[in-house]
Parts: sequence; structure tokens; C-alpha cells
Amino acid sequence: MAKEIQSSTANAQHGVAKARGLFDPEILVHAGAGAFRKLDPRVQLRNPVMFVVLVGTCVCFVEAVAHPSIFTWSVTVWLALTVLFANFAEAMAEGRGKAQADTLRKMRTETEARLLAADGTERRVPASQLAKGDRVVCEAGDLIPSDGEIAEGVASVDESAITGESAPVIRESGGDRSAVTGGTKVLSDRIVVEITAEPGHTFLDRMIGLVEGASRQKTPNEIALTILLAALTIIFLPVVVVLRPFGSYAHSQVSVVILIGLLVCLIPTTIGALLSAIGIAGMDRLVQRNVLAMSGRAVEAAGDVSTLLLDKTGTITLGNRMASAFLPVGGSDEQALADAAQLASLADETPEGRSIVVLAKERFALRERELTEDHSFIPFSAQTRMSGLDIAGRQIRKGAAEAVRRFVTAAGGSIPGDLDEIVERVAKAGSTPLAVADGPRVLGVVELKDVVKEGIAERFDQLRAIGIKTVMITGDNPLTAAAIASEAGVDDYLAEATPETKMALIVAEQEGGKLVAMTGDGTNDAPALAQADVGVAMNTGTTAAKEAGNMVDLDSNPTKLIDIVEVGKQLLITRGALTTFSIANDVAKYFAIIPALFAETYARPHHPGPLEVLNVMHLHSPTSAVLSAVIFNAIIIIALIPLALRGVRFRPASAMSILRRNVWIYGVGGLVMPFIGIKLIDMLLTVTRLY
Amino acid sequence: MSVAFLATLAAMIVCLALAWRYLGSYLVAVYEGRVKWLSFVERPLYRLLGTDPDAEQSWQRYTLSLIIFSGVSILVTYVLLRAQGVLPLNPQHLKGVTPGLAWNTSVSFVTNTNWQNYAGESTMSYLSQMVALVVQNFVSPAVGMLVAIALIRGFARRSVSYIGNFWVDLVRSVIYILLPISSVFALVFIAQGAVQTFGGPVHVYDALNHVTQTIPRGPVASQEAIKQLGTNGGGYFNANGAHPFENPTGLTNFLSILLLLSIPVALTYTFGKMVGNVRQGVAVLAAMTILFGAWLAVTVAAEQGHNPAVAAAGLVHQPGGNMQGKETRFGASSSALYGVASTQTSTGSADSSYDSYTPLGGLGLMAGMAQGDVTPGGVGSGLYTILLSAIIAVFIGGLMVGRTPEYLGKKIQAREVKLASFGVLVMPITVLVLTGIAVAIPAGASAALNKGPHGFSEVFYALLSQGNNNGSAFAGLSGNTAFYNIVGGIDMLIGRFAIIVAVLALAGALAKKGIVPASAGTFRTDTPMFVGLLVGVIVLVGALTFFPALSVGPIVEQFLHGRFF
Repeated sequence: MAKEIQSSTANAQHGVAKARGLFDPEILVHAGAGAFRKLDPRVQLRNPVMFVVLVGTCVCFVEAVAHPSIFTWSVTVWLALTVLFANFAEAMAEGRGKAQADTLRKMRTETEARLLAADGTERRVPASQLAKGDRVVCEAGDLIPSDGEIAEGVASVDESAITGESAPVIRESGGDRSAVTGGTKVLSDRIVVEITAEPGHTFLDRMIGLVEGASRQKTPNEIALTILLAALTIIFLPVVVVLRPFGSYAHSQVSVVILIGLLVCLIPTTIGALLSAIGIAGMDRLVQRNVLAMSGRAVEAAGDVSTLLLDKTGTITLGNRMASAFLPVGGSDEQALADAAQLASLADETPEGRSIVVLAKERFALRERELTEDHSFIPFSAQTRMSGLDIAGRQIRKGAAEAVRRFVTAAGGSIPGDLDEIVERVAKAGSTPLAVADGPRVLGVVELKDVVKEGIAERFDQLRAIGIKTVMITGDNPLTAAAIASEAGVDDYLAEATPETKMALIVAEQEGGKLVAMTGDGTNDAPALAQADVGVAMNTGTTAAKEAGNMVDLDSNPTKLIDIVEVGKQLLITRGALTTFSIANDVAKYFAIIPALFAETYARPHHPGPLEVLNVMHLHSPTSAVLSAVIFNAIIIIALIPLALRGVRFRPASAMSILRRNVWIYGVGGLVMPFIGIKLIDMLLTVTRLY
Repeated sequence: MSVAFLATLAAMIVCLALAWRYLGSYLVAVYEGRVKWLSFVERPLYRLLGTDPDAEQSWQRYTLSLIIFSGVSILVTYVLLRAQGVLPLNPQHLKGVTPGLAWNTSVSFVTNTNWQNYAGESTMSYLSQMVALVVQNFVSPAVGMLVAIALIRGFARRSVSYIGNFWVDLVRSVIYILLPISSVFALVFIAQGAVQTFGGPVHVYDALNHVTQTIPRGPVASQEAIKQLGTNGGGYFNANGAHPFENPTGLTNFLSILLLLSIPVALTYTFGKMVGNVRQGVAVLAAMTILFGAWLAVTVAAEQGHNPAVAAAGLVHQPGGNMQGKETRFGASSSALYGVASTQTSTGSADSSYDSYTPLGGLGLMAGMAQGDVTPGGVGSGLYTILLSAIIAVFIGGLMVGRTPEYLGKKIQAREVKLASFGVLVMPITVLVLTGIAVAIPAGASAALNKGPHGFSEVFYALLSQGNNNGSAFAGLSGNTAFYNIVGGIDMLIGRFAIIVAVLALAGALAKKGIVPASAGTFRTDTPMFVGLLVGVIVLVGALTFFPALSVGPIVEQFLHGRFF
């Protein structure tokens, strides 16, 4: 039972394809080559910040050819490296997805389908020729050629190629377990599948596109940030260009190479270089958790979510009710009740029945016994609503209180006065009462409790801290729902939920300006999944549900919604933090370059110029100062790639405490760090005696 | 720093606190249409303008009305100035204003800049001063205020496409706010001895020197109150607030500073009240106050210290601080307070000569403008411009908490970021490019009185001041040239209307949005943390854009220790 709780972490290890480390050597090599391929100006034009760096590099190159010196060539080389480092970061982020896409692609190409004609004959065709509506036959050992719904039969299917989960799953026609995915393997039995996807638009195709980032579009926040970065690039153009006339006015020549160095240092290259890598890595982090987001927009929306709708069963509770107490009535003995209940449950293979046997063993050391006497089991039926055992003349029964009451009355027994009271108390606590009778005597009540998952209340506390409201969705009556809701610590609940009430709740929340996330798997969840801002469909769910939602969870683990929200937030935080860092860096760069630029301005002969006082870092010479700033600016990109790919650490806390932390690290840190970094590089350059 | 100066500061703070609270809530009542005591004036005016006071406008129509109104204002002012020679109320028989100067001056007064490339007493007739210029002294601050109010409405409203009625907001700003308050204070100025007459100049025979001195007079006091209240700053006399006819006593000096700060400060209360949380206004005011206080401290300390040029001549001990160019009536500290208050509110009036400030003191004056004149800035313009920086701060800070950033419940997305960045950066770009041109060509560089960094400061200051619609003059620049008249006019137009159009577009975009309810996951904008971020954004944008210019101006001059060129 604990498996499900751990699964979100466990699955991180067996992602869509074989998991690779962030810095897998193979990916590094590919990314190195990609860095040069991305020098194509058409690619560069998509990123205004880096495009300016590229143009600046070209101008510097011309200057360096015209006026060769160690300084001009050094600056040119380091500017070129700045562009390459940015390309490298993006290629790195794409690398892992590309490797996964390759694995998936192999799966797609080699499949052959057994097309079923209307007259029942079979024909072998390549999977790529299947059209919507075609029927194909799959038997044990066959790969399912494309996405579809099972029209006939039932089969166990190995979906590990898609989900990474090795345990086979049962798929059958009709109901909510009828969808099959192309590329998965039938392990037993024979099924007829009706194809539901056009060629090239299968789930596998979409998955390849997603992990590869081919269909990647900029997300709303990314667009807004790109605009801000473009504005910060545009403003520094005149700032730098006018330094020429400013310098001339003060009778000092300002070198073009230094101006370009200054420009590149001032425009937000750090975030500009890493922005797309951050976005790709964010999507990738979801893929590693076995969640496929159909768009980056959905990932970003996950960070904005303020209301989570969580299904009770499977998400909040373990899904099965468990016996938790024996409550004797009418003065009978608790042990006698436990004994009778265990006897009545020996043949009951339902989880509830097993749990009664286990509880009796734990409480009274009552062993499961071999029944020697003559006996017969009475199975549960919808008519009697009871099950039990006839043994040695005893008629032991357990079942709904109403049914047991009828059984006892019919057997000539009387109903103890405290039965109703106990039954009601158990129901009020959100549990299910199960009455136990031995012939005409009611022995007592077994309390079957809906067990709330371990640790779930803490998760809800964390969500509350980051401002997210949790709403439990359940088909239970309001009384039961309230009891479980208070035990699990959710903020609100929707009892006796129907698809309509669920939909109404989503719309009401959205009208209040909130963003809503939910999970679902059934066809009747589809409208709500489509309406929700983040709709996570379970991979076990129907095709309708998967198409309505904007994410698919391959593990079909509803608890993962919480992880998705965190990934969304982490994505935005990483962008914000690196933007802050990038801008804060500019201060130190000014203090390095401005004194160097105007070193000679208004200087007396053989004296340092008056602006030398601004050289607070005591950099060695004007050329070493400029070069140090340019080198720092390039190296910081490489240094921050791991952070961009992993994301800034997210700890659930209130917005203001997250902000305070990030402002200190990336704002104040970004202000101070380059002073140290530039000084160190300057010291190293001084050792070379070249500058 | 004397006890008297500290007492002045304390009194100022108390008076401003009262203005913040009570003038602030009065402004809310005016713009929400709850003030009606002049409806007998208001209604006929609407009939005259042909506007239905209950019909609101979309941001596009609102902007169009504003542009048409301002365009007509520039044209009318231009014509009146050009024709003043043949118009009445011209006892000095002054000729019509030249085309270049008339262009610069009409743009200057319509944009609430009040940059003056002329000496009022020897250039403008009474009619020009009283009709052409004073009318603009009332309507141009009204335009600033209504733009701020339109932006506040954008934040406060949800899912609507209307941001108010330009004509109604204009009329109400003038008749309920600017006219009554300035009328009362004009009387105080008259009582204190400011001149108010149609009698023309007086001629006094100076028997000692055997010369006849001509002392210009005119309807001065009526201009004084609105000059300060509307953060206009255009003086009747060239000497502006240093002239005893404009600013006769210590009390009028105090009131001058109080008046120019009162509406910009009060508007932060209005903002908080109208968006439903006064603390939001307090946060904005706190950011303004921190920066104002910091630059005031720099300037006062620099002016209390010694003049480096005088010190270089051997006089290190200079009691009373740097008194060059200061009125002995006011002294160094009080003049520095007036100077900082006037430059940081985009008023531009002065009671001392900034050209004679120490380089660091001059830097303190430029700093407010380099930050975009938002601390607290001009009437209306200070608030709407600082809110643009607030949007940038919210965007960066909001990302850092992991949500689509929102300010006052409004999501800050691509369109908002685009408009806010444009609004924040258009002034620095304009000022830098024009300064670059000015120092590169003889027509620009030769107009400066001094050479070297001080000359650079004179040119830079002029274009910075006009680009911020401040109007403060550093002096030392011969501004009445074809180059500076034309370029200055462009500078002022862009600095005013490019930002206004961006702000109104923003108001329209915000009004259309719904409001996201606040939760623990929201980046709160009524906290010290946000104040810190806002201050950071303003300082960083100002420093990153203007640090090189300031380096080759006042900063290098400071470290030349009094060397001249």
C-alpha cells in the first residue's frame, strides 16, 4: 500500500526511456556539436539578446583584423565563446529529450499490423498505413500498432515502453479501461482494436515531438520576459553608442572594441543565454516524472494554480476501506466478536475482508485456521447484502446493519438497544459499519475505515503554505466526506460529486479569478478536464479523457498533481532568479569598464585620470579590466547551466519567504559576486603579463 | 545642519502627512464624482464642451481626446505668444516671441515642463503670462492627474473597457482641486508681499549712481501658487523663486516647497484608497520617500560642505557651506531642500542657482531626474511613472515566487511588460541620444558657458530636465538658440506624450482583466520587501542608463577637485 506514495519518487528513476544524468558524456558531445550548428543567424534571430552579441562579435572581429592586438583578439574570442556557451546550454537542455525521442522512434517504425477486413479476413499492413476506424487484431506477443479502443476481448498489456512500469495492466473492451496505446505489447489473449488515431498523430508521435521539443512554443511568461530582456537590450544600445560623443567631448578616444565589450556585458546575456534552456529543462523535468505536458503553457499554468481538485479515492485515501475496530454490542465480548468476524471473512478475498482477518490476528492473536469441521461459505450477494459461514450449526454473518438486523429478526433474535447508536457513530466518523451476527445474536459492529494516506496531511499543509487550496472530490455522502476531509486536512470537499457538480465547481472557482487543476480518467471527466486550467489525464484512462486534458500522467498516480505544480513554480522561479542575477551583475561591470574607458579623460600627464577612483576593484589595467568583465560574463553562462537545467530549489513556503530567500541569493548575490569574479580573473590575466 | 533646518523639515513632514491623508481622500471624492459643490460651473462647462458627463470612454478615445486637447493647447499658446505684440495687456510694448522660442515655450507649458529659454519679465507680456501660460499651468497638471487616475481605474476595475471621461476628469481636476487651492494660497502670497499688479514696471532714480533703474512688476502672486501646486515651476521672473517679488518671505519659501510636494504625495493615498488597500499607496510613498531622503541627504551634505573650487584657492574653511549662488535669506540647507524638492517633483522652480552647486550637490539634483522624476514626481506624472517601475518590479519579483506575476490582482503579462518597459525606457533613450547629438555638434556644445565636465553637465542637465518635463534649469546654457529650442521641444513632447500613451494603453489593458484573489502564494506589494524591490528597480534603471553620462559630468568633476577648463 505504501507503494503508491513512493511511486512519484520511484518513477523518477525509470522515466520514459532509460534515465540519463544531466551531464551524460554522450549528451555533452552532442551539445558541443549543437553549439556550432546553432550559430545559424536564423536561429540566433529568435533570441534578441544573443543576436546582439553575435553582431557585436562580428564587428569586433573586423576591428581585430584591422587593428590586430592581443587585446582585440582576446575580446573577439571571448565574445564568440559567449554565443557558443549560450548555444551549448540550449543544446544541453535539448539533449536528453533527443535521446529519449530516438528510443521512442525505433519503437514506432518497426511495427506491422494485422488489419481485419469486414468479412473477418486478416491482412498484414505496415502500422503507418492504418487509418482511423480500421480494426486490427493483436495476440499475445504482438505490438499494438497504433492508438485505439478495444472493440472485443480482454488482454494483459505490457506498457513499460511508454510508462516505464514493468507490471502488466489489464485492458478490456467497454468501460474506462478500453484504451490502448501504440507501441505497447500484448502479453496474453487476443483483442480486436479499433484504431482512433490518424497516422502521424498517435500518442507516440506526440510524445516524440514533446520530448524532442520540436513543437516547443514560447509560453506566455516566457514571451513577457523576452520582451523585458529585449527592452533591456535596446536601452543599452544608445547608452553605449553615446559614449563615443561623450568621450570626444572630453577629448578622449573611446575604442569600439571596449564599447562592444561594455554592451555585451550590460545586456542581460546570462538570462538571455539560458532562457530557452530553462524552458526545455522544465518540460524535461516533467517527462522525468513520467508526465507528458501537451504544451509549455500548461506547465506554466500549473505554477499559477490556486485550487487543486483531488479525487478522494487513490489520491487522499488508499482506495480500500480497512477494518480498524471491533465494537461489541448488547454486552457481548470483543474477542468473541473478533473471532466471529474473522470466521465470516475467511473466504472473503476482498481487501475489506482480508483486513478483518488481519485485524483480528493483530488484536487477539487469532490465527487463520484450517476449518476441520463441516462448513460452507456463504458468498456475498446483492440480495442478502451479507456474506459469512455456516459451521457446526452456527450461522455467522457479516454485512450492512440493515441486512443483519433482518437476518437476526428472522432467526427469532432481538436487536440490542445500543446497535443503532454505534452504527450511527461509526457512520458519522466517515467509516463504514459492518454488523456481525452469530445466529440470532448480534455480536457487534466492525468499523471499516477509509484510510488516509500517510504523509498526505503534510503535503496539504505545504500546499496551503504556498497558497493553494485543496478540494476533495468524493461520491460519499456529506457526513462521511466531512470526516475524511478533516482527517486528511483538505481545505474543502465536494460530496456526492457528479460530473456536473464537478464542472460547476471548476467554473465557480475560475469566475473568482482562480486557476484550477484536476486529475481524471473516465470519459465523464472529459468536460471537466477540458475546462480546468491544468487537466491531468491518467494514462489508464479513456482516450476521451486523455484528449480533453493538457497533461497525461503515465504512472496514473493522482498524487502527482502536487509535483506538477512544483515543477511549474520552479520553472518561473528559475527564470526570475536568473533575470535578477543578470541585471544585478551590471553594477560591477560598470565599475570595471567605465574607469577603464575614461582612464585618460581629464588626466594630467603622468597621473591616473580622475575617474580612477571608480576603479574600486583596483583592476590592473584598462585592457585587463575590460577583458576580465567580458570573460566573467561568458563564464557565468557555463557556470549557471546546471542551475538552469536543474532549476532553482523549490521549498514549499509562503510567497514572501521564497521571495526573500531568492532576493538575497540572486539579487544581493548577483550584486556582489561579479566584483569578486572579475577581480579574480583580472589577477589571473595579470599573471600572464599580456595585458 | 541647523536646528532651524531640522524644524523646517519636521514641520514639512507634518503638513505633508495631513495633505496625504485629507487631500488624498478629497481627490478620491473628486474623481469618483462625489464632490458637487461647483456643479453650477461644472454642468455648463460640459454643455459647452458637448460631452455627456455620464458617458465613459475607452482608452483609445480617452487618449485621442487628450492628444487633441494638448495639440490645440500648443497651437493656441504658440499663436498667442507670436502675436503678443499686437494684443492688449502689454504695457512694456514687448514684441512677438520668435518662432523657435514660441515653439519651445508652448510645448514646455503644455507638457507641464515650464522650461524657459527666456527671461519672463523681458520677453512675455501680461497677456502671455496670464492667459497663454497660466491657463496651461492649470490644465497641464490636470492632464497629469487624470492620466494617473485613469491608470488607477485600470487597476481598480475588473473586466470593463472604459477608463473614465477625459473631459469630465479635466474639468473636475481644474475646478475642484487646482483652482480653489491655488486661489487660497495666492492670497497668502499677496499677504506676504508677493507682487500682484497690472501697473507695469516702476522706474527708480538711483541718485547715488545717477542711473534710472527699471523694476519690472506684474500679476505675479496669482501665478506663484499654481506654479508650485501644479509642479509647473515656470517663474514670472528669470530669477524664479529667488526673486523677492515671487518668494518674499521664509513662510512663502516653506509654502512653495509644501505646495509642490502636496499633490504628488496625496495621490499615493488616492491610489491606495481607490484600489481598495491604502497600504498599497503607503508602499509606493515609502519608496518615493526613501529615494527623496537619500538624495536630499547627499545634496544637503554636499552644499553644507565646502566648494572645491574655492577650497582649491586656499579657502578650505567656508562657514555656512557653499553659499555661491544661494540666497542669504534661505542659506545652503534650505536651498538644497528647495532644489531637491523641485527637481524630484518635476516642478523646476528654484530659489538658488544650481550651476553654482558643488558637483556632488548638482549630482543630487540630477539624480531625481535620472530616476525618471518619480520621487514623488510631478502632479500625476510621478505616480503613473513610478507605477510603471512597480510593474517591472512586480514582474521580476513575481517570477521569483513561481507564479505569473500579478499587481493588485491584475496579471502582468506580455502586453503590460511591453508598455511598462517602453514607458520606463523612452525617457532615458531620448535624453541620451539628444545629449549625444548635442555634445557632438558645435550648435549644441558651444552653447555651454563652461568647458570640460561642467559644460557637459550644463548640456546634459538641460536635456534631462526637459525629457522629464521638469523644467529645472542648471543655468550656464544659452538655451534660446534654434538648436536647443527645437531639440528641447522634441525632448519634452516625447518625455510627456510617449509615456502618457503607454500609460493609458496600460490602463485600458488592465481594466479589461479580471482580478486574481490574493493568497499565501501571492507576491504581496504592500510590504517592505516590495518597497525594497521597487527602490532597487528605480535606482538600477536610473544608474544603468545614466551612470556613464554622470561619470563624465558631475562625478569626474567632483574628483578634479576644482580644476577648470
